[in-house]
Amino acid sequence: GAMSSGGTLSILRSDSYVELSQYRDQHFRGTRYDQERLLRKSCTLYVGNLSFYTTEEQIHELFGKSGDIKKVIMGLDKVKKTACGFCFVEYYARGDAENAMRYINGTRLDDRIIRTDWDAGFKEGRQYGRGRSGGQVRDEYRQDYDAGRGGYGKTVQ
Amino acid sequence: MSRRRHSDDSDGQPHKRRRTSEPSEIEERLESLICRVGEKSNSSLESNLEGLAGVLEADLPNYKSKILRILCTVARLLPEKLTVYTTLVGLLNARNYNFGGEFVEAMIRQLKECLKVNMYNEAVHLVRFLSDLVNCHVIAAPSMVAMFENFVSVTQEEDVPQVRCDWYMFAFLSSLPWVGKELYEKKDAEMDRLLSQTESYLKRRQKIHVPMLQVWTADKPHPQEEYLDCLWSQIQKLKKDRWQERHILRPYLAFDSVLCEALQHNLPPFTPPPHTEDSVYPMPRVIFRMFDYTDDPEGPVMPGSHSVERFVIEENLHCIIKSHWKERKTCAAQLLSYPGNNKIPLNYHIVEVIFAELFQLPSPPHIEVMYTTLLIELCKLQPGSLPQVLAQATEMLYMRLDTMNTTCVDRFINWFSHHLSNFQFRWSWEDWSDCLTQDLEKPKPKFVREVLEKCMRLSYHQRIIDIVPASFSVLSPANPVCIYKYGDESNRSLPGYTVALCLTIAIKNKASNDEIFSILKDVPNPNQDDDDGEGFTFNPLKIEVFVQTLLHLAAKSFSHSFSALAKFHEVFKTLAESDEGKLHVLRVVYEVWKNHPQMIAVLVDKMIRTQIVDCAAVANWIFSSELAHDFTRFYIWEILHSTIRKMNKHVLKIHKELEETKARLARQHKRRDSDDDDDDDDRSTDREDGPLEEQIERLQEKVESAQSEQKNLFLVIFQRFIMLLTEHLVRCETGGIDVFTPWYKSCIERLQQIFLQHHQIIQQYMVTLENLLFTAELDHHILAVFQQFCALQA
Repeated sequence: GAMSSGGTLSILRSDSYVELSQYRDQHFRGTRYDQERLLRKSCTLYVGNLSFYTTEEQIHELFGKSGDIKKVIMGLDKVKKTACGFCFVEYYARGDAENAMRYINGTRLDDRIIRTDWDAGFKEGRQYGRGRSGGQVRDEYRQDYDAGRGGYGKTVQ
Repeated sequence: MSRRRHSDDSDGQPHKRRRTSEPSEIEERLESLICRVGEKSNSSLESNLEGLAGVLEADLPNYKSKILRILCTVARLLPEKLTVYTTLVGLLNARNYNFGGEFVEAMIRQLKECLKVNMYNEAVHLVRFLSDLVNCHVIAAPSMVAMFENFVSVTQEEDVPQVRCDWYMFAFLSSLPWVGKELYEKKDAEMDRLLSQTESYLKRRQKIHVPMLQVWTADKPHPQEEYLDCLWSQIQKLKKDRWQERHILRPYLAFDSVLCEALQHNLPPFTPPPHTEDSVYPMPRVIFRMFDYTDDPEGPVMPGSHSVERFVIEENLHCIIKSHWKERKTCAAQLLSYPGNNKIPLNYHIVEVIFAELFQLPSPPHIEVMYTTLLIELCKLQPGSLPQVLAQATEMLYMRLDTMNTTCVDRFINWFSHHLSNFQFRWSWEDWSDCLTQDLEKPKPKFVREVLEKCMRLSYHQRIIDIVPASFSVLSPANPVCIYKYGDESNRSLPGYTVALCLTIAIKNKASNDEIFSILKDVPNPNQDDDDGEGFTFNPLKIEVFVQTLLHLAAKSFSHSFSALAKFHEVFKTLAESDEGKLHVLRVVYEVWKNHPQMIAVLVDKMIRTQIVDCAAVANWIFSSELAHDFTRFYIWEILHSTIRKMNKHVLKIHKELEETKARLARQHKRRDSDDDDDDDDRSTDREDGPLEEQIERLQEKVESAQSEQKNLFLVIFQRFIMLLTEHLVRCETGGIDVFTPWYKSCIERLQQIFLQHHQIIQQYMVTLENLLFTAELDHHILAVFQQFCALQA
């Protein structure tokens, strides 16, 4: 029969930056399957490795380059209620979030390579770090000195 | 004798898993073999092709249709590897004549289908593939010439858009680098005739649209040529060089002895499908050039602008980006491994092609941020050479800012600031000190100011002060702090000052909307005399006091401001109920946040989305005299285009809802029709339809109202542009001064930008625009923009 003009090739379908990572939120209420289903249609990104000093405005400017942002939620230290180096960026359209994964993930903000990952959706409480000291878990145990993330890790301090 | 436990049919239990996965596994394997031929192999491409031809020939009896499909798709979607696959088809044809014939037929079917559904870019690839098959002895040259004769004769059609004839001409001309030599050798008289017909078409076609698509208005150092003119010059030069073309890699040359033994097929006579109302042809283009051989004096010579090599290189690089735009690392690697690396200054070609796309008018083929990240990946892969080329390019673009189209300058600003933010903002700013002595409205200082503002948005104010030399402070952005007019004791004589204090305390004490209303009741109305007697009055002072105070209290961050808008939404809606109210709210927002354009933009966005203001109010505000001072600033146009986009998305969303509801109703009917053929109870069926039909009616009204609002928005914008530009033109004429000030250039190009950026929507309004706004009485400067726009799809 006639060739379908819509057909494509698998090598051209490759979209690795948009794929799910291995990370799954352990606090997610629901099955793995539920979580993955939500991740695959999510418009929300988790953004990590931010400096504690990076502002909502900077995040808005950078992530606005892939589309209209619905909301930015800054990650906070559970105790101090100050920025602790991560945030959520929610877009109106999935396609805009995908472009952020393709073109903003792995580039710099405030001179730091930031990392984005799919998030199943913001729920109250998820804006707080889960480390014992109130910040993120990764800042509890790291050994290096990072001026943008409070200096040494908490256990070192 | 062992009993075979996994037999197929004999035990009546087909093993589904093996059955259903096998065909697609084979298809995947075949696709992979074909798509990756020659990759990661120690043997030569030629021996890989020979091997693959053998494998496919053996697979033909069982998998012919799959192989046909894959090869057709590859021809359509991997044009950068055109000659690899024409060689493969050539080898297969030599081994199996019938297969060759079937492939050609399948290609023709695919070509017809592409043309039917307006896939013209892919159709060009198919035509080129067919023409290269002549070189592989699959298609007989005379039949290819005959097809091209039919293409060129489209230029004789009457009452068809020029863009239709353009496409057929382009499909013919752009195949000649591959097959010109062979066709000329076999059919020189016919080819001469075709070329002379081409020449006369190109001479008579209109080029009114060209200025609108040029990145620079100047012709030096490189003319910005219309794409068909450039291609024609390249083909003429190729002909003069007796069709000798040395850049294209032709694997089939190694197989000449095998291929020339093959029997050729004749292309069936091809009639170009007629023009229909639904036909949408590609828009004309202007060829972007920024480099020539003088820019890399130590490297290999860059092919000239009218050489066919230049055309082929650029086509292939564009195709690579098109194939791999989603995978930035692969894209960068593929670009850098383009063959001929040591014979051409590849880095220069790559940078030029990327900027060509970034600056393309009306719009880049891909999202702007992709190009920034792609360039960063390229810098990572070639750290010793590419950053220097990029710096050189940046310098050249800066030097030519005076004649660069405003829309392209926007993109340059966005790219450069984002790029710098990935490299600690390191740049030799002193090299650009020349701009400090110029009027701040001139393109160069303006560019630097906007870049620094964008850099600040990606970092913070003090950082920018630190990275530029002290002499650049005049171009540094303002500290983005809020201006609260009731802030100081010294302002206590201002009307509304005490109410502002009251409000501040109330809001800090978590007052409700009602409490706010009662506080505001005491605010006098300076417009008391203009009371329209209907009881409702627009009270600018109320708006001023409320909005100033609230925004000041919420100034800490975007989130604080958004919460404030949400919490006091009721107050906002009431104060901004009238058109004047909306306008005044916007004015006050500006007064408070004029040092922080980014904040203004996000507040306007939020206010539109929560319907505190509407799109028309924003448009009127942008053209208001209060904003005249900021009229040429980048952020203003970002706000306007964002507003238009929101309007467009809104219309699309409701339209989609309507279509979905209609589809639901149709499904419901279908279900009912198939369910109860014997049930004649009409009353029950009406009852079922009722709510859906009501919904459809409501949505229909909503769509019409949204479309009307959308049209009105564009009319308002065009009207205001015309007023503003006419004023300027009249003033210049009566004063005897030159029309072409920096402001004028910016303004007229902003008008062009509206047309270009939203051309699909605006096409719907052509009649209204022609009869109502862009009439013959208009100044010819303004009318020219409209005429150029009309010429784009004419």
